[in-house]
Amino acid sequence: MSEPILSIKDLKVNYGGIEAVKGISFDVDEGSIVTLIGANGAGKSSTLRTISGLVKPASGSIVFCGDDITGRDTGEIVRKGITLVPEGRRIFPNLTVQENLRVGAYLRGDDISEDVQWVYDLFPRLKERSWQAGGTLSGGEQQMLAVARALMSKPKLIMMDEPSLGLAPLVVRGIFDIIREINAQGVTVLLIEQNANMALKTADYAYVLETGRIGLSGAGHELLTNDEVKKAYLGS
Amino acid sequence: MKLMNARKKKDALFSLIAIAVMLVGLLIMELTMKSTSILFTVLKKSMIYALVAVSMNLLNGFTGLFSLGQAGFMLIGAYTYAIFSMPTAVKLGDSVYKYYDCTVNLELGIIPAMLLAGIFAAVFAALIGLPVLRLKSDYLAIATLGFAEILRALFQWDAMGPVTNGANVLRLYKDLTKLKIPFTNTPFPPTLFCFLVSGLCIAVIVLLINSSYGRAFKAIRDDEIAAEAMGINLFKHKEMSFVISSFFAGISGALLAMFQYTVQAAQFKTAMTYEILLIVVIGGIGSITGSCIASFLFIACNEWWLRFLDESSSNIFGLNIMRSGFRKVVFSVIIMIIVLFFSKGIMGDREFSWERLRAFSRKLFGTDARKRKNEEISEEVNGDV
Repeated sequence: MSEPILSIKDLKVNYGGIEAVKGISFDVDEGSIVTLIGANGAGKSSTLRTISGLVKPASGSIVFCGDDITGRDTGEIVRKGITLVPEGRRIFPNLTVQENLRVGAYLRGDDISEDVQWVYDLFPRLKERSWQAGGTLSGGEQQMLAVARALMSKPKLIMMDEPSLGLAPLVVRGIFDIIREINAQGVTVLLIEQNANMALKTADYAYVLETGRIGLSGAGHELLTNDEVKKAYLGS
Repeated sequence: MKLMNARKKKDALFSLIAIAVMLVGLLIMELTMKSTSILFTVLKKSMIYALVAVSMNLLNGFTGLFSLGQAGFMLIGAYTYAIFSMPTAVKLGDSVYKYYDCTVNLELGIIPAMLLAGIFAAVFAALIGLPVLRLKSDYLAIATLGFAEILRALFQWDAMGPVTNGANVLRLYKDLTKLKIPFTNTPFPPTLFCFLVSGLCIAVIVLLINSSYGRAFKAIRDDEIAAEAMGINLFKHKEMSFVISSFFAGISGALLAMFQYTVQAAQFKTAMTYEILLIVVIGGIGSITGSCIASFLFIACNEWWLRFLDESSSNIFGLNIMRSGFRKVVFSVIIMIIVLFFSKGIMGDREFSWERLRAFSRKLFGTDARKRKNEEISEEVNGDV
């Protein structure tokens, strides 16, 4: 495998007095899809929020493309090429689809028309709705918009926090198809999911988070057949 | 697409022509009608309030910051303008600074003094923004309200007398009657001046809102967390919006000072902020044209159209309910009705557009509706190509 694009070492994150992440280390290889799975409160979201700079870590290091980005501002991290698709979509409901996309490209000074075309090719549905307010889209379309908006910053690594949350099974399958499609176009994906089944089928490599620590890890299809994972997360 | 662009261009041209016609009409009215007419008073005051309402809307409607400090920033603007535009001879004499010796020995022209008014308000906003903008929603409103009240007390304070003339009135500075057409001695039409200055400031705010900064403001309003995740620096943008809004509130304070010939801190109470907030809410939070329309309606009702209700000569059923102050009762009822039945204000969060006006008039008169519709369908078909 190639060099890791993102390397986390011994990361600890505290919220108030609570240790949400208790020293985890993992790598994300360039061009791969990596997933973190785990139950509620395992520290998945905290990990992603810390990588994107929204939360400052208590200790540990985050190295991206050879640069130490631990504790940097979100703006700087987005500029370097990591963008977060936040949990629960969080699109801008009163802005049009197109305006949402332009906010996604806010930090870029260059011409964005080519990338608008690119995300419209990925999500033809959004093109049809480009003048509609974000809040009027359906749940699945909003999730597409959230992903498209993040892609507008031209990330090398896109992090997705529960993209399947609250969506119908058929729509979830569509979202995962798109994740694979984005990955095939050269964007590294770090995904966290409660829908372990879909996530493990999609991912090249997976880590299982248990109350702030990494339990198991392995290739996605291996964990799918692992007895412990089966019992705890796949319900069989 | 081409057809749509052509239509947009046509609409922009329409707007420019409408503005030009309005300004020329105003000029003609000012040259022919008596300058003391109530119409001009209302127009001037409306335009001044429109500017401060739009500046408040920039914060409340477009950045999602519920701030109630507008009267405080107007106060800074009005005092800065009055003090710096006052002729030195007046400052040294006893007619204004009776109990104090004025320590500001600088006299500026009208435009520089106005700019300074905006800059002082903006600098103060930048300072209080540092602690205050870390607060959210109601807490922010309370904190800004508090700062505005502190300002008022500070300006009335005896120790500030050599600068602000304490609690006494400031007057004899350069008011609207002192305006001259450049390089001549002919007076400049005062209402036109208010329209030009306010209009220019509002145009700048509109340009800002439609820029990428404006889009970032709206993103923050819609969802702070998502905006931050997109790399938008929340504090920097909030501070920017706050400072710009205060700058224009300061300018409108300066205009108000010019308009009313005297300035006294006691006037800039919380009630004034509420009047402005009312205009913003009635017009529609997040609509610039709404704020402007509401400002005209509000001032006209308050100062002019409902005046007849105060005349105690008219009796109803032998009861003399029409006494002075009655218009305030009717006015409150009207406001309540508006808030109840147009809960999003006159314009909601939309702006005036010729397209909407056309649609509205079509609905109103129903003439050749079918023909127009066919036209539109064929246009849409072409537009998709």
